[in-house]
Amino acid sequence: MRITALSPAALALGLAPGMALADARARVPELPAHPHDRQADAALLAWLADACERYTPMVATKGEAGLILDLTGCGPSFRQKQESRGMEAVLAQESPGFRHDDEAERAIARDLADRLSQQQLTARLAFAATPDTAYALACFAGSNPHDLPVQALALDESVHIALMRAGLRTIGDLAARPRTPLAARFGTELPTMLARLLEEEDVRITPRRKLPPVVAERRFAEPMMTTGPLLGRIAELAGEACDDLRRRGQGGRHFGVALFRVDGHVARLSVETGAPTRTPAAIERLFHERLDALADPLDPGFGYDMLRFAVLHAETLDAKQDGLADRAGDKPDPGPLFDRLAVRFGAESVRRFHPRDHHFPEYAATTRPARAPVPQLAWHRPEPGEPPLRPLTLFDPPQAITVLAEVPDGPPYRFQWKGRQHRVTLAEGPERLAYPWWRHPEGKGPTRDYYRVEDEQGHRFWVFRHGLFGEQDDTPDWYLHGLFA
Amino acid sequence: MGDSLSALLRQSAGIAMDSETRRTAFGAAEVDEWLGGGVRRDGVHEWYAASIEDGACAAAMALLLAERRREERQSILWLRERRGERGAGHPYGPGLVDLGLDPDSIVLLRLGDVTAMLRAAADSVRHGGAASVVLEVHGKAPALDLTASRRLALAAARSDVMVQLVRSDTEPAASVAHSRWRVASAPSVALEANAPGLPAFDLELLRHRGGREGLQCRLEWDRDKGCFQTPLSGGLSAPSVGGTDRADGRRAA
Repeated sequence: MRITALSPAALALGLAPGMALADARARVPELPAHPHDRQADAALLAWLADACERYTPMVATKGEAGLILDLTGCGPSFRQKQESRGMEAVLAQESPGFRHDDEAERAIARDLADRLSQQQLTARLAFAATPDTAYALACFAGSNPHDLPVQALALDESVHIALMRAGLRTIGDLAARPRTPLAARFGTELPTMLARLLEEEDVRITPRRKLPPVVAERRFAEPMMTTGPLLGRIAELAGEACDDLRRRGQGGRHFGVALFRVDGHVARLSVETGAPTRTPAAIERLFHERLDALADPLDPGFGYDMLRFAVLHAETLDAKQDGLADRAGDKPDPGPLFDRLAVRFGAESVRRFHPRDHHFPEYAATTRPARAPVPQLAWHRPEPGEPPLRPLTLFDPPQAITVLAEVPDGPPYRFQWKGRQHRVTLAEGPERLAYPWWRHPEGKGPTRDYYRVEDEQGHRFWVFRHGLFGEQDDTPDWYLHGLFA
Repeated sequence: MGDSLSALLRQSAGIAMDSETRRTAFGAAEVDEWLGGGVRRDGVHEWYAASIEDGACAAAMALLLAERRREERQSILWLRERRGERGAGHPYGPGLVDLGLDPDSIVLLRLGDVTAMLRAAADSVRHGGAASVVLEVHGKAPALDLTASRRLALAAARSDVMVQLVRSDTEPAASVAHSRWRVASAPSVALEANAPGLPAFDLELLRHRGGREGLQCRLEWDRDKGCFQTPLSGGLSAPSVGGTDRADGRRAA
């Protein structure tokens, strides 16, 4: 067992990561050790990345313990400073990198360092013009890229050793040399990485979340300790975002709210609509439903000190002029109702019927969430004068029944379902449906013979014989597949 | 003066017409005559399945009446309990088409329990965009009490939506429904080669607020005309008044 990470106290005792645990224990017998939990580390890093979204939406994780924040242009929105503190302790080590220096960005760094130290997290912050430089500076706790060791290039270990053997120990040593011979000797990747480290080449980071087209946010000097005023704040921000949408000629389909708690926790809520909208009242109502429908209510803890409203997906919505035609007799549009029901009871609960191109009854139609796209297929219209040939409700799976019927392919004479006997008076069939062989690994399955039958009381059933006589060894089974009106 | 008088006359004619159109007719002359033009289009109506096998029938009655009430581009909301679907089966699109319903106009809500159904129904009725809200409830439902039905009735009248409760596997309970029916499948008129014919229903009017009760009739649904009719084969059952049913209905209310 090897040591992967050590606390500052252990480092002070002269232990180092990479040592065997037995060796370390030989030197410090009372050394407490915990197994390395990669998942917990990754979760903590993701949690921190979420918390860092309070500064910028451009947040990316790097490696096992790195965060990169792109702060370009984020200064002005941060100038309204906030005061609020009081947190619990978590133990780990992270090294977020920063780029570009400017007074406001330094203020962000101070704020971040402050928050991290309150969480008892050790962090090394660094600014640079490009993400790679900032990351390298943070990793090696340097201030000038030229002073960094060649390991900062993050190339193959053999290349690092070769460079050391050639007497090239720092980035500064490399920077002074012509690049072509370096590439010829140490591989073509070296000049590329060198250019990135020296801020000559800028590779943009890919943020963890897609950047929303419209964002409105609010910071609070006093953290919001209850969820009471939350809805009002959301409505204000929705209003701002909707103004923005109107200017763009767009409407939102998917809206999200991120609630940043002072201790770094981020709660997210989102609602979707069936059609693009930019009506703040409608959006507020959906969030109201969303808050009501939460399985475990929001826990404000020490309070929320920032709220971000984002339109996560927007579509074109042209301005409509109303009030000219007489619309008094019009019924309200049901769209918003379905949105609300979907938010409250889950999108899966609100469904519409869709036909499918298949002859087998259970595959011939389906229901999908109401937001799914409108069906392309049309329903098969029945012939005039024909009685219903398909049942109103279908059992899934079909229910087994015991049947007395004429051999080989006569309709049922009587059958038993749920312990009740039904004597058939009227019957039509068989409607023979072949098994869709392409769905079966062996390319065959029992053929079904469907019968519409009516019993003495007038109940109409849809039953089928599962297989033909002679097609298989034993007598075919019978099933009840649906009920007619 | 003359102008205002004629305006007043027009207005009163409008009111008269309004009360006329506030009913949804079945399309079968005898039944509509008995009901005084049909059932209230903004009322609460209950359909009790006579036996477990009649559940599909009761649901079909509610959906067909909703379809008769539906206007262009209006939808029907069909609320079902998720756990009831094992016993009663899933609604089947082609079957709806075969009954003459438009599956594209029906929105199905599959909900966890009766309380959720009542909440969703209250929301949907208040919104007023749907032609009818159909709640299918299996078994006894203590949540569906007098208060709940009164709330639905008030909302329905306010926003002009028909509320229909389809009940199976239970006995009629107290409610403020405008009409209450017992539905059973009726033997259909056989087609050629002894094939089952058009859907037929045996109806019994258990309760009718502000109207006559006790109607018993057999109706057949004609998809092509989009209306109910008395069976063509001459097996016509004349509407008859049941003396005891009336008293029963009162007591149940």
